[in-house]
Amino acid sequence: MLSLLLIFVAAIYFPGVIVKVKAIFAGRKGPGILQPWYDIFRLLKKGSVYSSSSSFVFQIAAPIYFTTVLVAALFIPFEESIALFSFTGDFVLFAYLLGLGRFVIILSALDVSSGFEGMGANREAFYSMLMEPAFFILMGSLAMFTGYTSFHDIFANLHYNSYFSAIIGIIASYVLANITLVETSRLPVDDPLTHLELTMVHEVMVLDHSGFDLGIIKIANNIKFVLFSTLSANCVIPQALDLWIRIVMLLVIQAAFAAGIGWLESFRARNKMAMNAQYILSINAVALILIFVAMIIKNKI
Amino acid sequence: METITNTLSYISIRNQESISLSKIPILTYGKFSTEVIQLMKEPQVHCVNYFAYPDGEILKFICCLADDKASDIKVFSHELPKREKMQLTSITREVYAFHIYEREITENFGVEFIYSPWPKPVRYAFNRADRSKVVNDYPFYKIQSEELHEVGVGPIHAGVIEPGHFRFLCNGETVLHLEIQLGWQHRGIEDLFLKKSALIQRTVLSESIAGDTAVGHAATFAGLIESLAGISIQDRLNIERTIGLELERIAMHIGDLSNMCIGLAYQLGASVFGALRTPTINYSQLWCGNRFGKGLIRIGGTHYPLNVSLVEALEKYLNNFERRFITMAEKMFSLSSVLMRLENIGTVTKTQMSLIGAVGMSARMTGIERDVRKSHPTGAYQKLPYAPVFDISTGDVWARAALRRKEIVASIDYIRELISMLKTNNETPAKPLFEDNIKLSSNLLSVSLIEGWRGEICHCAITNDQGKIQHYKIKDPSVHNWMALALSLRDLEISDFPINNKSYNLSYCGHDL
Repeated sequence: MLSLLLIFVAAIYFPGVIVKVKAIFAGRKGPGILQPWYDIFRLLKKGSVYSSSSSFVFQIAAPIYFTTVLVAALFIPFEESIALFSFTGDFVLFAYLLGLGRFVIILSALDVSSGFEGMGANREAFYSMLMEPAFFILMGSLAMFTGYTSFHDIFANLHYNSYFSAIIGIIASYVLANITLVETSRLPVDDPLTHLELTMVHEVMVLDHSGFDLGIIKIANNIKFVLFSTLSANCVIPQALDLWIRIVMLLVIQAAFAAGIGWLESFRARNKMAMNAQYILSINAVALILIFVAMIIKNKI
Repeated sequence: METITNTLSYISIRNQESISLSKIPILTYGKFSTEVIQLMKEPQVHCVNYFAYPDGEILKFICCLADDKASDIKVFSHELPKREKMQLTSITREVYAFHIYEREITENFGVEFIYSPWPKPVRYAFNRADRSKVVNDYPFYKIQSEELHEVGVGPIHAGVIEPGHFRFLCNGETVLHLEIQLGWQHRGIEDLFLKKSALIQRTVLSESIAGDTAVGHAATFAGLIESLAGISIQDRLNIERTIGLELERIAMHIGDLSNMCIGLAYQLGASVFGALRTPTINYSQLWCGNRFGKGLIRIGGTHYPLNVSLVEALEKYLNNFERRFITMAEKMFSLSSVLMRLENIGTVTKTQMSLIGAVGMSARMTGIERDVRKSHPTGAYQKLPYAPVFDISTGDVWARAALRRKEIVASIDYIRELISMLKTNNETPAKPLFEDNIKLSSNLLSVSLIEGWRGEICHCAITNDQGKIQHYKIKDPSVHNWMALALSLRDLEISDFPINNKSYNLSYCGHDL
């Protein structure tokens, strides 16, 4: 329960921090931290418009996407405090819940039969396909290192062993941070601010969603962000500290991560589209380093 | 008669010089096309305008070829009696750059150019010959393939830009061919020039041909009218107009750099360049009350002379701007993530650009040395020679960005020299001339070329027996350069289209008129 609460708290300020940091680096004052949520509430009050060339698939996509992300959130533990759902191999279900959400959004993008959205769907499917091994290599190495196979057990035991856990924790956290950027369509893979349909990945797929549907898609994106950054934070927060210190640490790490994304997006350009595959494969390569480190520590090689 | 045409197939004039219509030799079409094709083979020659105009029962054709080495404009002419079915053999077959002129003549007067490789409508002008052709049935280049797919963008776009339709033929993410269909923005400007006879109306019209080149088009128009009316203007006015032109260049180039950074999602560049554009256009506002320089250029004089306090403000602005611009440009052009998106993307070759008759920046970025300020200087450019940036030749997005960077620096230096010239000038600023003081001479042709920020702008006018303008022809640099964008996209990823489009920043309304 605690982790779910923390995820919701972090989701409130996470998108606002990114926008604020970017605005400050651009020399502007920027909107308030809660502005992204005001925008979402504005969307929720509106009705959705459906294209006459779309079918029921388009209409059910947004609710399914939203639900899958919410259910996935129930699997995320915060250190030793147990998540609502926890069982052996739960991270596989977590990954494929998000996969299911992505799948329905891709279907909805194809359903409206627009030239742009088909391209976006194609790109999203391609990148997530490349991204999937990194997540499983990562979770596999953590499972091997700790000897457990559920989120809760892995993170509860990650810090007991030795200071090798620090190495594992830092690499895992780095990989997870990169996965977050790809999963949530941020720089350098995608540009969430662009108005150019031809260069979009995620944004172009939701071009035809409007009003309430768009609102819940945006909520789901914000929560998805925090899901991954919570996982990432779990890898590095030491367990020896008091619970309230760790809670503060988690929230601070979330804010720092959001600020880091804002900083990254201010001072670099996005990748050339063809370079994205290479970039994602490099994340996989770092994940492979992780599994080697884990194997060495465990005397398996 | 035959002997005369043999010895004198064209007449050579200077930029902004008027010539009596009777002095232009009229050739047979066969001789005309041979001569033109022959001359167009020279690398220093390009066509600045080729148009037809009706004169009674005859359709007269005027072709102006600019020679960059001889600094002149060679005027050719031929005629065709108006008939139901008019046919000529296409020159485009031999000289690709002629496609746009021939298509325009076909559209406006129904002259068919046989063997033309690309006989497509240009802009669906209001006064087109064949009203059955409408903008919605443009004959696109088609594919008969199961594997390839088409992506259509526009004419309504996501950003606040002008209307234009882009049709991509793609193999997956790779573009095989891009066809650009324009004409959505047609306002009938050339016709308006004839209908609105008051001088002030025409001047304001010229400022509205392309809103981002208000000074460029107005200066071209002013040069043309002054030439037709035989008005010689003060050195002081020439200097001020040139400062206006160069300021417009700086403002547009820096705005384009900012836009390109937005396209790359490079926020720092976008906001710093965007912030630097503001003092530039604000200076225009301080000077003439309009941020785009509208109202600055009037015939024969100016309402807004650059007085001592304005010159001071200009120097202050330049110093401040230069320091900040150079710092930011160095940062941008050394950042690897930016360079990765600029280098070797959207490359076009020098040969391609000279074949399509590209002008201005689009020509210079491949290494073609084409700049009206140097080859056909007028006004202050004549008194104070300008050294164009000719040392970029890679032809990719980087070249277009780097050319802007260098041209901004060159313009700043040039404005400083102009200011010191202005300081030694003691003339009392002249007020603009009005209708009553201007009398255009009769039966003249005049050609005016000015290097706007995008490239050479060409205005031509022909006066009739009463000294009234009988035909007005405008050529914006975008007319040729749109084809450069289409060529850039060949074998490129479709996601690189926006950055290429921004790197050219061509005018829709300048093309559509």
